[in-house]
Amino acid sequence: MNAKTLIPLALFAVLVGFLAVGLGLDPREVPSPLVNKPAPAFRVAQLEQPEAQFSPEDMKGKVWLFNVWASWCVACRQEHPVLMEFARAKVAPLIGLDYKDQRKDALGVLKRTGNPYDITVFDADGKVGIDYGVYGVPESYVIDKAGVIRYKHIGPITAEAMRDTIIPLINELKKS
Amino acid sequence: MKYFYAWVLLLVACSSVLAKDAVLLAEDPVVEQRLIAISEELRCLVCQNESLAGSRADLAMDLRRELRNLIKQGKTDAEIREFMVSRYGDFVLYRPPVKPTTWLLWLGPFGLMVAGLVALFVYLRRRNSEVAATTGLTEEQSKRAEALLQEGEK
Repeated sequence: MNAKTLIPLALFAVLVGFLAVGLGLDPREVPSPLVNKPAPAFRVAQLEQPEAQFSPEDMKGKVWLFNVWASWCVACRQEHPVLMEFARAKVAPLIGLDYKDQRKDALGVLKRTGNPYDITVFDADGKVGIDYGVYGVPESYVIDKAGVIRYKHIGPITAEAMRDTIIPLINELKKS
Repeated sequence: MKYFYAWVLLLVACSSVLAKDAVLLAEDPVVEQRLIAISEELRCLVCQNESLAGSRADLAMDLRRELRNLIKQGKTDAEIREFMVSRYGDFVLYRPPVKPTTWLLWLGPFGLMVAGLVALFVYLRRRNSEVAATTGLTEEQSKRAEALLQEGEK
């Protein structure tokens, strides 16, 4: 067995390595260009009080979690208990964006399952969602005191992701 | 026969009316044509193997509506692509831009081809010299070999 016969084996090992890494990647997770950019501005009506409005400007000086959800979104139900726990622990303000939804349906869901949000913004035609690069609900953004997006989570937030990534990041940002 | 021609005439007249209707349905054919040209080069984020032009996903419809508005506002193609890239990243472009992070993607295949050609060249050179080395007989040896071959033929 000389070194030459080992070359194909080595190449095969490299190929297997690439394929193994590729299998572990989630093609639905598209890195967002919005991370470390100012959160896009908007001013739209709230869900519960249609006469009141909300803008990210209102949250200047606070670290907050912006969660995109909808009553028709099945995966949102999965993350709902995690958000309820987050709200109970009072880690940071939680603002919801009700994306492409019917007001009645959204209010019904919040009434039935509990409302973790301090404020919910109502994005009926999905325009705010487009500005935030939303392509699959639920998605969540950690926004810092200066109004810069520091982290984007795509898909339902698991208890582990909340405990190991999002809450430590929020606590870190609150200190600065 | 007279009626036949009348019928044909009527049908032709009707079809041109229908055709006009179809044009009217697409609000503004110029905008629509540009929209298709641009969105065929953009990826739908929901069904990632479909273009934005071909996808029937909800988000694709919303995005086409946004792009239609941008076209009506007189934005250039580059500005519209920038609108999409600033929200969803280079991933939405079916033709990734050439920049340091995509050099490997653009130049890698050519690099592989050059490496292959070099390997082939080196291999052929080595084989040639090996062949030359094995037939490196002295004059005496080749005469003897010839004699042996002729003997064999008898």
